[in-house]
Amino acid sequence: MIPVRKSLISTAVCRGIFSILLFLLLWEFGSRSRHWLVLDEFEWLRHLLAMAGWEKKYLPWIGPIPAPSEVLKAWGGVIGDIGYWHSWYKSFSRVIGGFIAAMIIGIPFGLLLAVSRTAFGIGFPVFEVLRPIPPLAWVPASIIFWPTQEMSIVFVTFLGAFYTIVINVVGGARSIDLRYFQAAQSMGSSSWDIFRRIILPGTLPSIAVGSAVGMGITWEVVVAAEMISGGGSQVGGTSGGGLGFFIWNSYVGGSYEQIVVGMISIGIAGFISSELLRTLGKYSTPWLRLR
Amino acid sequence: MSTILQQAAPMATATRGAIRIEDVVKIYDPEGAAVMAVDHCSLDIKAGEICMIVGPSGCGKTTLLNAIAGFHDITSGRILLDGELLCGDEKPKAEPGSDRIVVFQNGALFPWKTNLDNVAFGPIMQGRLKPAEAREKALSMMADAGLSGVESNYPGEISSGMRRRVEIVRALMNEPKVLLLDEPYRALDSLTKSVMHEALLEIYYKNKVTIFFITHDLEEAIFLGHKVAIMTTRPCKPKKILEVDIPHPRDYSVLTSRRFRELIEETNEAVHEEALKAFAAGEKEG
Repeated sequence: MIPVRKSLISTAVCRGIFSILLFLLLWEFGSRSRHWLVLDEFEWLRHLLAMAGWEKKYLPWIGPIPAPSEVLKAWGGVIGDIGYWHSWYKSFSRVIGGFIAAMIIGIPFGLLLAVSRTAFGIGFPVFEVLRPIPPLAWVPASIIFWPTQEMSIVFVTFLGAFYTIVINVVGGARSIDLRYFQAAQSMGSSSWDIFRRIILPGTLPSIAVGSAVGMGITWEVVVAAEMISGGGSQVGGTSGGGLGFFIWNSYVGGSYEQIVVGMISIGIAGFISSELLRTLGKYSTPWLRLR
Repeated sequence: MSTILQQAAPMATATRGAIRIEDVVKIYDPEGAAVMAVDHCSLDIKAGEICMIVGPSGCGKTTLLNAIAGFHDITSGRILLDGELLCGDEKPKAEPGSDRIVVFQNGALFPWKTNLDNVAFGPIMQGRLKPAEAREKALSMMADAGLSGVESNYPGEISSGMRRRVEIVRALMNEPKVLLLDEPYRALDSLTKSVMHEALLEIYYKNKVTIFFITHDLEEAIFLGHKVAIMTTRPCKPKKILEVDIPHPRDYSVLTSRRFRELIEETNEAVHEEALKAFAAGEKEG
């Protein structure tokens, strides 16, 4: 075989870096439109915009958004602030709490629905009626029936992941080929063996997919729940409220740069959790990384 | 693979695994429209015999296999294994058991287990061997079948021909009386197929078991079988039973022998007739 020389940075990584840099550059340029749009050289552009009904002295949409350089400066300001990191910690612990609860309850529940006709007949209709209710619609009810606000946020987060995990587990377990059951049965497997050695590993890929999707939803839900409920913050200020409340608080306080800091922080946090789950999923289903 | 004849190792002899199919009828009744899949089918298979079941696709051969394996019930008649009732009038469905192991058309190796763990699966499940012992035996069985080097791979990582061989070794690990093969080589190309045929015979000569082999390839049937049962298209029953008088052990030189050609000629018409009938009836593949 001809040895393939591997460059230190692959083409894919280069493209990724290029795409991010290009995005930041366009953003910076657009955000600074209030500075350059007023110059004489851009009179034609102002006319063009005026014809489209835009009279302001900056570009639409992108114009009022703080530039990446300003965001970076604001980030530098909060990065040493314990309150900012406390927001990370708060959101993360809510996501992890809700997510783990969803796994612990969702996986056995899904498996039960998949293996037992009776359980499916009794459990599934109720599940299907509750499923279309968006987790955020649960926020008020959740605040009423959970003793602390913290618990109500975690509960709503749990709901975000729960339905997806259950649906994936049921679907995954049901799509296991009949031949595997027949083969295992012929070779003398008991019902417990079949559950442990066929149904469980056969469902694992779907569990991995379901949890990755579910994790994405928990981040969407936790941020919104924190905004609506005021972040469960007893202390006030930016501390204790989670990243969703951090954004909301920045908005109320008029610090637009910090809004973007909060948004990007959520992006990074979501990326870290998904990547973690992907790695875990790959590790637990080694037979899928073939060839 | 051509070492079979030169070695002249004493062939194992089978004393168990005689199957007797008596007047078996299977009627599927999905939505009131009764479909007869098997019609008063009788067939006698001696212990240690390779019996090839030839028939057009969808003729009901697999129904018969499922009845022996205990995956489906029968409507009437009875099936005996070594004189003991598997299924009959009072007990329409046989219990699946490790004395009758199926090798499926599309393969049923567990994709989440390594090849070695797949092969070691049966004895562990039956509690006959401790996991470590089962693995040791699996290793030596795989080495015997020319499967050294793929033990720690997953089934998805090896060729489909290899997978079939692993699956046959997995079946033999259960020390079955009967091996039920449901068109195992259907998806393989003809070159791989010819290699697989000799490999199967080699494995068979070492571990004599009764083989119930479904195919629609007449050459494959006559090359491998002691007995070839040509089945009618749905409903399925033997149309012609041929005793192949070419002595075992066989290798690929048989394919060019005169007797082989004669036997093909003798049976070709019967097979073709049924194929035409199946075609006219518009049976779907499968």
